[in-house]
Amino acid sequence: MKPESKLFGELPLTHRILARRSGRDEVKAGDIVFAKVDKLMIHDVTGPLAVKSFKEISEKTGRAKLFDPSRVFVIIDHYAPPPTVSAANNQNLLRKFASEHGAVLYDMVGICHQVMVEGVVEPGEVVLGADSHTTMYGALSAFATGIGSTEAAYVMVTGELWLRVPEVINVFLEGRLGRFVYGKDVILEILRRIGTEGANYKALEFLGPGASSLTMDDRFTIANMSVECGAKSAIFYPDQALVEYYKEFAKDMSKVLRDEFFSPRDLSTVSREETINIDLSALEPLVAKPHSPGNVVKVKDVEGVEVTMAFIGSCTNGRLSDLKEAATILKGRRVKSGVRLIVTPASKRVYQKALREGLIDVFLEAGAVVTNPSCGPCFGGHLGVAGDEDVVISSSNRNFVGRMGSAKSLVYLANPAVVAASAVTGRITDPRDLAG
Amino acid sequence: MRGRVWVFGDNIDTDVILPGKYLTITDYKDLGRHAMEGVDPEFPRKVKQGDIIVAGRNFGCGSSREHAAIAIKYSGVSAVLAESFARIFFRNAINIGLPVMRCPGIRERVKEGDVIEVDFLRGVVTLPDGSTITCEKLPERLLEVVASGGLIEYLAKKGGEI
Repeated sequence: MKPESKLFGELPLTHRILARRSGRDEVKAGDIVFAKVDKLMIHDVTGPLAVKSFKEISEKTGRAKLFDPSRVFVIIDHYAPPPTVSAANNQNLLRKFASEHGAVLYDMVGICHQVMVEGVVEPGEVVLGADSHTTMYGALSAFATGIGSTEAAYVMVTGELWLRVPEVINVFLEGRLGRFVYGKDVILEILRRIGTEGANYKALEFLGPGASSLTMDDRFTIANMSVECGAKSAIFYPDQALVEYYKEFAKDMSKVLRDEFFSPRDLSTVSREETINIDLSALEPLVAKPHSPGNVVKVKDVEGVEVTMAFIGSCTNGRLSDLKEAATILKGRRVKSGVRLIVTPASKRVYQKALREGLIDVFLEAGAVVTNPSCGPCFGGHLGVAGDEDVVISSSNRNFVGRMGSAKSLVYLANPAVVAASAVTGRITDPRDLAG
Repeated sequence: MRGRVWVFGDNIDTDVILPGKYLTITDYKDLGRHAMEGVDPEFPRKVKQGDIIVAGRNFGCGSSREHAAIAIKYSGVSAVLAESFARIFFRNAINIGLPVMRCPGIRERVKEGDVIEVDFLRGVVTLPDGSTITCEKLPERLLEVVASGGLIEYLAKKGGEI
């Protein structure tokens, strides 16, 4: 199903997916479509409100069943394991709901978005999540966006949702990332250029030879934090790296490379003047200063700022490669006295691999606190909350006032290598100065 | 509708609208008791039923937490008008029946305490001096959703089908 006159390569993948799942030949930016939803995710913060709305919908309309239980994912992650009675009660409510309705339950085995990209989401799908960082699944060439709890309840019942087709912002990438520069720095650079509203309601599409030079983990980080620019969604086109990635989950995605639907974008149809052009080779480690993800400077510009807390984790940067990079810096070194370093692997799978590769030992030897997989510190929930006088250097995604705890605390966002280096020296540090 | 204005700046994010420490609350009225606390700890006590929030750009940026929209609605605020809204907050507000409207230029033209009139059907705000601001009217369907009191009420009216 595609417009007669056009080749898929001329159409943004974002639009191809929305067209296909809403039964249209073609869509254009601004169209309102009703898209069939392939998968829906709720977690233990947004889920309880979604269940409340679901019950209300049942009472008021008589519709009381999930559209397809196998496509509804209930994930307990934010307060895993629960630090308060109300958090525990909310989680029990979700467990009961999942059990009564046959939904798929992931119970304290990882951060929702990490779990969803460990063999759940597939290319070409429309995936909605009751969480803003749902955009992360775009790294797997899916259309993925965040919605609220009441809408999630609506989707649970109907299996579809109205969406406004977004305009596309093309991001053209060239070159290769240098040492200690990662996907995190790519998205921070985009935030530096366009700010927290620069992509409002739009879809970021990552094109060019640089895109395929990025690891899958880099792509996850970039797609994840795209929402901080206001983006509705972010997407990478399938390539061999994606196919390799799925092998771990015993899924053969090679057909995607042969499927015309996923054709790479025809770059001759993309105006370079209107794209965001990034030379990956020219990037340096970047830092978002308090109190906005858009307040981005080079790490060199904030070197020396004393920190009291460091966090390596979150759906943004809690994957194996993040832990590995941090471990190369922490090996043989110690976290500075007075600084607490908290390491939170993003999922049980990541945690187990890190254990087998000796990374957890490196963290413990260095004096870090290693927690179970959870969102925890990222949103000031638990497992390491920031106090009034804390200055935090974090691999997570937001640093608004009070984000990680006290409204008086300061949060700097950076890549895991910067966080690790800073934990060692006790002040924001360029990892390139420490290495060797 | 007519209401007294509370004014806020740009990039009012969901962490200040409904701070993380309140995220385990699911009772709507309880959430209302903490609205805007991250930017004005006294707001829940100062706000009166029917008051209107006027803000700058990118209101509601950050998290998808519906708690933020719920907190504002149940604090007594009857509408939010802003230079621009973040996407998920905007949808959440509509879905829980909190009227929102994009009004370019409004932030400069009102001050705290002004009593303004808002006509959502025509997309017009009338200021104390009688002058008006033309806003971005909500599409028909979304006006119906808000007028019904939110997505669930709208669904119920339609007999469970859209």
